Amino acid sequence: MNAAIENVKVIASAPDPVLGYRKFQFGSFSFTRDMYFVHVTWPKGTHTVEVDRFLRAMVRDIGWGFFYGWIFFDDVFGTQNHYGTVDIFAGTYSKGHRDTGVDFLETFNTDDVRVAFETISKNWINEGYDPLRAPMETGSPLGPKTKDASGPLIRGFEPARRMMGLPGDVAPRSDASGHPINRAFADLTFDKPTIEAEPGFEGQIHAFNLYDHIARADVTWNPSFTSITRACICCVTSEEHMLPVIHGNDRNEWFIQLTDEIHWNIQDKNTGNPRGRIVMKSGDVCAMPADIRHQGFSPKRSMLMVLENGTPGLEEKYAKGELEPFPITASRW
Amino acid sequence: MSFVTKVASLASYDKGTIELNDDLKHYAFSNIFEVASKAKPFERVMVASNLEYCAEAVRAEGTSDWYTAPHDEFAIVMDGEIEFTFFQLTDTEQPKHKQGAAKLGGQPQGKRMGRVIARRGHEVLLPKGSAYQFKAAKPSVAIIQTSAGPESVERWSEICVLN
Repeated sequence: MNAAIENVKVIASAPDPVLGYRKFQFGSFSFTRDMYFVHVTWPKGTHTVEVDRFLRAMVRDIGWGFFYGWIFFDDVFGTQNHYGTVDIFAGTYSKGHRDTGVDFLETFNTDDVRVAFETISKNWINEGYDPLRAPMETGSPLGPKTKDASGPLIRGFEPARRMMGLPGDVAPRSDASGHPINRAFADLTFDKPTIEAEPGFEGQIHAFNLYDHIARADVTWNPSFTSITRACICCVTSEEHMLPVIHGNDRNEWFIQLTDEIHWNIQDKNTGNPRGRIVMKSGDVCAMPADIRHQGFSPKRSMLMVLENGTPGLEEKYAKGELEPFPITASRW
Repeated sequence: MSFVTKVASLASYDKGTIELNDDLKHYAFSNIFEVASKAKPFERVMVASNLEYCAEAVRAEGTSDWYTAPHDEFAIVMDGEIEFTFFQLTDTEQPKHKQGAAKLGGQPQGKRMGRVIARRGHEVLLPKGSAYQFKAAKPSVAIIQTSAGPESVERWSEICVLN
């Protein structure tokens, strides 16, 4: 891990006289957008990403707090979380870029990256386009600047502290919170569990409809923490279209497919070489080892549960080889 | 256009596929309903394991023993209907094991805390400091978010796709 450059501020240009978007400089990286594309430039090169893909990745990277491990916006550009600092890289995990010596990586304090990415996103997201929604549920990001989007840039991330719905904890989504059942789950019926607490135990006996909460998500590929056992975190998400990033694991995680199906492409984490694919259907459980990248494709909106181990420092144990990069070690088979 | 959501059950599940140029054991691919269909009632078969933490698939059928854990656990009902009954642990019933669920070894002696009747999609708190029991009139399935404990069963070679 490199030392972070201290207190880096994102610098915005004046708006482009034709398209209206600003250009941004952050450390050695510059970010420019036009009608269709984002151009990322660093001292050794430039990389172009389709703007929808870039913005979908960037707002999730912010909202996830840079998540566990690597977030590849595509095969070239992305971030790595060191939990306090964040690497922004270009070509570091692309053999072609490394072989030709144009790869580049710079380390920043996490808050500086968050501020920079938020600043860029706010300027580049127009009213009517919401990169957290499924593509069929939002407008287009293409074209010149119109008006800044007025809604929250990131949402749906407030984690439960013990269990969703307990007194004083995060509430599940509801009609009252402005979250109707999504069109893709309109065929399901959602009832409430029966809870009968004896006097004096109100609030200690608890249950809620998890599927109802997921079905009301107005965001996709955006985990919501619902229950926590020590450092084991249950995240549930509503998935439609494609995961707009490729996630590189720095620890093992587990997927449990609750409804419908997701197709996962699996790659070697360091090289990006394909390892194959997994189709998960309702009821399927699969580990995502610590040495892979994965990207999901959900043909119909589906419900996915992810079990994460949030133990601090785990990423270093995997990186140093103190833990094997897969969850079920040989003696357990 | 109307959508059709596919939600599997004990009576109807369709397992996906795993095609990898890698050791399939690293992915431990299984299906909760298939595991439950082959399990004894209330066996807690691990289907996910992340160091000390795990998820267990449970086939609920009839009335279980009483369980307790030194931390919160959570049950998500995947199929059917399960009644969960809770009693407050007395001082002498406090768990002595470090993690996961263990059998209480008898009827609970503390105050009755209440019960929850949960169906598909409901998540239920199995709170620290309680003893709990499952009841299901018909075969039902739950997945438990917990830690590996005395009642956890590992049979990875039997439940996972290996070729």
